[in-house]
Amino acid sequence: MHKENILEVKNLVKWFPVKKGLFSKTNSYLKAVDDVSFSIPRGEVLGLVGESGCGKSTTGRAILRLIEATQGEVLLEGQDLYRMGKTALKEKRKDMQIVFQDPYASLNPRLTIRSIIGEAIKLHQVVSEKERDAFMEELLYEVGLGKHFLNHFPHQFSGGQRQRIGIARALAVRPKLIVMDEAVSALDVSVQAQVLNLFQDLQQKYGLTYLFITHNLSVVKHISNRIAVMYLGQIVEISEKEEFFRNPQHPYSRALISAIPSSSPEIKRERILLKGDLTSPVDPPQGCRFYSRCPEAQAICKEVQPPHKEVGNQHLVACHLR
Amino acid sequence: MSQHADLASNTAVNETISSLKKDSIVAEAWKRFKKNRLAMVGGMILCLLVLTAVFAPLISPYDPYSSVKNQTGMLNVMAPPSGEHWLGTDSLGRDILSRLIYGGRISLSVALVAVAISTGIGVLLGLLAGYYGKWVDAVIMRVTDIVICFPVLFLVISVSTMLTPSIYNVMIIIGLVSWTTMTRLVRGEVLRIREMEYVEAVRALGQNNLVIVFKHVLPNIMAPITVQATLQTAEAILTESALSFLGVGVQQPIPSWGNMLQDATSIMVLQFKPWIWAPPGIAILLTILSINLVGDGLRDALDPKTKN
Repeated sequence: MHKENILEVKNLVKWFPVKKGLFSKTNSYLKAVDDVSFSIPRGEVLGLVGESGCGKSTTGRAILRLIEATQGEVLLEGQDLYRMGKTALKEKRKDMQIVFQDPYASLNPRLTIRSIIGEAIKLHQVVSEKERDAFMEELLYEVGLGKHFLNHFPHQFSGGQRQRIGIARALAVRPKLIVMDEAVSALDVSVQAQVLNLFQDLQQKYGLTYLFITHNLSVVKHISNRIAVMYLGQIVEISEKEEFFRNPQHPYSRALISAIPSSSPEIKRERILLKGDLTSPVDPPQGCRFYSRCPEAQAICKEVQPPHKEVGNQHLVACHLR
Repeated sequence: MSQHADLASNTAVNETISSLKKDSIVAEAWKRFKKNRLAMVGGMILCLLVLTAVFAPLISPYDPYSSVKNQTGMLNVMAPPSGEHWLGTDSLGRDILSRLIYGGRISLSVALVAVAISTGIGVLLGLLAGYYGKWVDAVIMRVTDIVICFPVLFLVISVSTMLTPSIYNVMIIIGLVSWTTMTRLVRGEVLRIREMEYVEAVRALGQNNLVIVFKHVLPNIMAPITVQATLQTAEAILTESALSFLGVGVQQPIPSWGNMLQDATSIMVLQFKPWIWAPPGIAILLTILSINLVGDGLRDALDPKTKN
């Protein structure tokens, strides 16, 4: 079964110039995202995992053109967002939305829920003015909130409720793709599960496509179809979920999986401990980016950047040793 | 299923929360402001001053422009306080209490208009610099740096002597030189708010920048703007007084607290006739003190971090 790709990211690059002093020229770059390519079939969930600072969120934002990528293509339903005029892009924005990590920063504290969600609907004329209230009530019901909440301000809600409002705002324009940027990371575990289930229900109900950015492998295991692992601005492994957890190839993926807390003290797993810290993304080493921390590193890893190799059915890994 | 259970508990929790926090942000700030005794005293004095300024024609016992003659038909010059003239008369025989009341009218309105101008410029430039960044920011901030370097008083003196010194020129000049602090403040706040996720969310919707700035950024930085504008009012009153005292601000015979102090340049008056210079001096002192108290109170009341 082959589905069409709703999103294709090709060689996405985002370098932030690092300036020292007022007049000095830019002499180094923070390579937050460095040559990232992947695609998501319609109606699927891709989990993008990696530790803090590896460029996951930058990738998500560059895909939505919330920050401008340095290079690369982002094809949403075959159209390159980076070769689009302002009006065309604005039109396209209703197809792609984002849900943020921090439920306390993602809603304007001065606006009621009615105007927050209403703004999205008005801007893209999703429904006529007469139907707007009914539509918003339906949206709130959809995310598990009562309609009387429309007149409330964000500070009157809990974190989980705010996240529900965040998803309602994203859903208001009937998007096809939603970038979930650490959307459940700030919630405590019980609420996390509820919100995660809500996301899943909505995804199935509307046939949505998610790019699910998180640092939590358990979350990704729950919700994704495919998993991509990022390390220092690059994707080191991408694979179907079952395949990934059964047969992780990249040493970094193996270390991540070994770090998932087990649900029973009986289960003993070998823990792979990584030495050292994340290498600075400012002027990263020329060889394999994982070289400095890799337990299996060889001479070649220091010199040559490993290309993506296909090791199974749609299972790509960037490692010299596979 | 779990979703519906969640919904029910959410409703219950939210009912209690909303009954606790029904008040708007303004009402909550007012509650905190009321607890601050100094600020309340400042506020009351300020209210009193504003009321006397507004109702000056009804309150003042004499015409502030005309000299009063005594029984002998002479001008009643520099008369000490008496039952007739509560605060005495000045060097031209005009009633000081009346001039003080009218002078407050002038000084306060000069300050208000000047602050309106400087706040307008400051907020606008700050929003531009903060939101658009890049070269817009660079240009605006360098211009701001240059304006900050001006020695304000000398600049104002030379400009107002070049133009005809009048109350309107004073308003405009003070407004035009005192926007820099506001610009820097607003720029900083915008930089903070611009990165907030709710701003990103509306950008993701494709909202245009003007709407984002005025609907999503500006309302969230009103608190520091209000505080700064309040404190700036005190400063404008002080600048106006200094200018008028030096004779380049509000011109005689129009009374202002500053030019009422002009008489105090003579040692004779300073030493022996305190009723001439003390009232406007005290009025300036009281006004500035109370505005600053109110400003500090507002800062504490509007900043949720000081909530206890």
